[in-house]
Amino acid sequence: MSEPVALKLTAKDFKSDQEVRWCPGCGDYAILAAVQQFMPELNIPRERIVFVSGIGCSSRFPYYMNTYGMHSIHGRAPAIATGLSATRPDLSVWVVTGDGDALSIGGNHLIHALRRNVNLKILLFNNRIYGLTKGQYSPTSEVGKITKSTPVGSADAPFNPISLALGAEATFVGRTIDSDRKHLQSVLRAAAEHQGSAFVEIYQNCNIFNDGAFDQLKEPATRDDYLIRLEHGQPITFGRDGQFCVVHPPGGFGLEVRETAATSPDEIVVHDATVTDPAYAFALSRLPGLDLRNTPIGVFRSVQRPSYDSVVQEQLATARAKVTDTPEQQLAGLLNSGDTWTIL
Amino acid sequence: MTKQIRQLDRVVIRFAGDSGDGMQLTGDRFTSETAQLGNDISTLPNFPAEIRAPAGTLPGVSSFQVHFADYDILTPGDAPNVLVAMNPAALKANLADLPRGADIIVNTDEFTKRNLAKVGYQVNPLDDDSLAGYVVHPVALTSMTIGALADQAVSKKDAERAKNMFALGLLSWMYSRPYESTLRFLERKFAARPELVAANVAAFRAGWNFGETTEDFAVRYEVKPAKMQPGTYRNITGNAALSLGLVAAGVRSGLPVFLGAYPITPASDILHELSKHKKFGVLTMQAEDEIAAVGAALGASYGGSLGVTTTSGPGVALKSETISLAVALELPLVIVDVQRAGPSTGMPTKTEQADLNMALYGRHGEAPVAVIAPKSPSDCFYAALEAARIALTYRTPVILLSDNYVANGSEPWLLPDVESLPDLRVEFATTPNGEDGTTFLPYLRDPQTLARPWAIPGTPGLEHRIGGLEKADKTGDISYDPANHDFMVRTRAARIETIPVPDVEVEDPDGDARVLVLGWGSTYGPIGAACRALRQRGLPVAQAHLRHLAPMPANLGEVLRSYDRVVIPEMNLGQLAHVIRAKYLVDAIGYNQVRGLPFTAAELETMLEEVLKNV
Repeated sequence: MSEPVALKLTAKDFKSDQEVRWCPGCGDYAILAAVQQFMPELNIPRERIVFVSGIGCSSRFPYYMNTYGMHSIHGRAPAIATGLSATRPDLSVWVVTGDGDALSIGGNHLIHALRRNVNLKILLFNNRIYGLTKGQYSPTSEVGKITKSTPVGSADAPFNPISLALGAEATFVGRTIDSDRKHLQSVLRAAAEHQGSAFVEIYQNCNIFNDGAFDQLKEPATRDDYLIRLEHGQPITFGRDGQFCVVHPPGGFGLEVRETAATSPDEIVVHDATVTDPAYAFALSRLPGLDLRNTPIGVFRSVQRPSYDSVVQEQLATARAKVTDTPEQQLAGLLNSGDTWTIL
Repeated sequence: MTKQIRQLDRVVIRFAGDSGDGMQLTGDRFTSETAQLGNDISTLPNFPAEIRAPAGTLPGVSSFQVHFADYDILTPGDAPNVLVAMNPAALKANLADLPRGADIIVNTDEFTKRNLAKVGYQVNPLDDDSLAGYVVHPVALTSMTIGALADQAVSKKDAERAKNMFALGLLSWMYSRPYESTLRFLERKFAARPELVAANVAAFRAGWNFGETTEDFAVRYEVKPAKMQPGTYRNITGNAALSLGLVAAGVRSGLPVFLGAYPITPASDILHELSKHKKFGVLTMQAEDEIAAVGAALGASYGGSLGVTTTSGPGVALKSETISLAVALELPLVIVDVQRAGPSTGMPTKTEQADLNMALYGRHGEAPVAVIAPKSPSDCFYAALEAARIALTYRTPVILLSDNYVANGSEPWLLPDVESLPDLRVEFATTPNGEDGTTFLPYLRDPQTLARPWAIPGTPGLEHRIGGLEKADKTGDISYDPANHDFMVRTRAARIETIPVPDVEVEDPDGDARVLVLGWGSTYGPIGAACRALRQRGLPVAQAHLRHLAPMPANLGEVLRSYDRVVIPEMNLGQLAHVIRAKYLVDAIGYNQVRGLPFTAAELETMLEEVLKNV
């Protein structure tokens, strides 16, 4: 195969002519800029890239990308994108969604897209609030959240999107943060390279209805002590001085955070995103507490499984391999099959 | 012994038994033999939704009715001339439908005290005189089958299960059916188990020979072939014809067909059938739910496939929001609704026409779509092609309203020449359409069809965004402009309303009728049969049948106004009648039944006679 021709696209090529209409200060701006800046790296012509979204603030995203795009209906983007991806394996299909869109009204489509391993890059902007409908709690809001629809606090426990995606048999699961462009793009890069469903949770700040939801992960004073930056093949240590580490205590099911100084180096878990058993990545996803301490970011899991489009397209190709008749001849044969009789 | 042979012009046979007795298969085989002979045929299967209802009970009765004749017929027949009752439940459930003098063939082995008690028979009806008005043929079907298979290498259970083939053999003898196709069928069906082929063939022959030798069956019948148009035929159900129509639409458009579907009675057979046709490039996806099924179909259409979703009423309700999105996106989409009795789960295996309102109006906002309905099993093929044609040409969702009656009923189908099928080729947009030569305007319409360009992803230079938010005319940009919204709503309405559809044809052979019967969908057969019967008695009546329900044929108003009375029979509470009254200000008379069963020709004849008297 010859080397692909460098398209020499820039971030500017991916900006549409539409005026961006998110609230000033919204985390979505940073994500949009990061994505537009990252896109040229794909070296895929713009016409072969499609962004499909549902409903919500994040779902306006396709209008701002100078690619093909569809702003669809609430929760259904993964289903619509599945039909597109299955029939058009030549396209790079991206789904942009939010915590309400993907995990509440569209929860069913998300989990089934992941289990089918549809070749979609799913970006879930998680701000833990309903923004477009002006401030109700979401399925990722913390218990007791006081919002317009829960004046004395919400009663229901939240989803952990990473745990959910892993439970749904996702082959690629990552998490990143709106404000950390470099990290965001590194996760996008890994997701784009993955064949099959890539699920990326992006912590995103809604400065109007849930401002500061992820501040501990962003403030210079706290972020290094709170964030676990997962790097494949590296021992999992974190903290501004590397003072914390992750271990797998014997006899336990999960992972735990320990003080590095009090831990033997060979006890420290070496991150391996390719572990087949999802229990490992799931254990990582359960590390953070309510205060966001011990929040892993990066690629939790990246394993190989045939993608849905490749399997169904192969079935079609196999069925057609031996066909020599024209479609019209085939159709005539099909219509005349079974018990027929002729009247002269 | 030489048996008397009597000629008949038509016969209606109903095979009835327990859901596990194989009555659908028996009826199917008898139909196939009858087709080979060249009779015209119409069939009506009737079965419970339960896969295996408790054995021997009334809810567990499954039946298959076949009507065959030496002339062209329109319905599966109102009343059976022959009932095959495999157990007391089958007798009890079907007796009320039999006219006096009908033949009843009963499997006496099943008329045990226990089985009789299960269905509330205090006394064995074969022993008292309750069946005196019928010609009863008691046959020990089970024990004779087991006896005939005594030297076969099959278990007693398998031998007992072959009793339906004994019954088929007997009926095939009675009506002089050619049985070679059944023997071939058994060889195919049990290819993996030769001992079952032998056993079933032996059971079939035993039934045939029993008819020939027993004195109980003194007469053998013949029904001569019907005069049918020359050509090659096959017997086809509506669901099978609809599936083939979708395959044909793919071939004739040159587009891949994508079916998104969630299993639902009575539409699942379309999913099953289409999943077999991958060599035509037909991709089927069993989605996680009804919403995903239509969503994936719409996504496939966006990518340049012919997107199709198949379902029944409850599924259409769930798909409603996505259909509205397709209206806004102006993309081709075919939605097949095989209607069943509702509301809610209703009676999933019984027929009804009560989704017309939902098809016409069941969406939020002003969201018009095209709606068409097939009139018979084989017409489902052409209706599918027509739905695809409208969807592709006008870039719109089309709802195809089939129903359980046409979906599972069957009739002979004169196979079309592939080249005679409509050319459905479409052109995707490939170049910018703006005046400056570089801009692409996704909502710039074709002045003739009002369709917007179909620019599929992968086309360089035409990158654009579409969505559910209101779009500015031509550019497709998000727009909240009041005048633009008013314009777009009216334009979306106009582009459905101006789709040219064929004029409705009126059947009024002598041209002297004063009453018009207007129908739609699967009622065509019973209405047609009733009109013929009236005309034969010298009572003129005109029949018109709607295939296109949105938009309606341009000549419909004129047709309606040229009769003194318009009668609209429907298997709902008057949904088409409401539309006709509102749209054409015609004082139409509704005739409505929602019993889960098709109309009988006789009841329509009686009703129409009353109307004729009062004109």
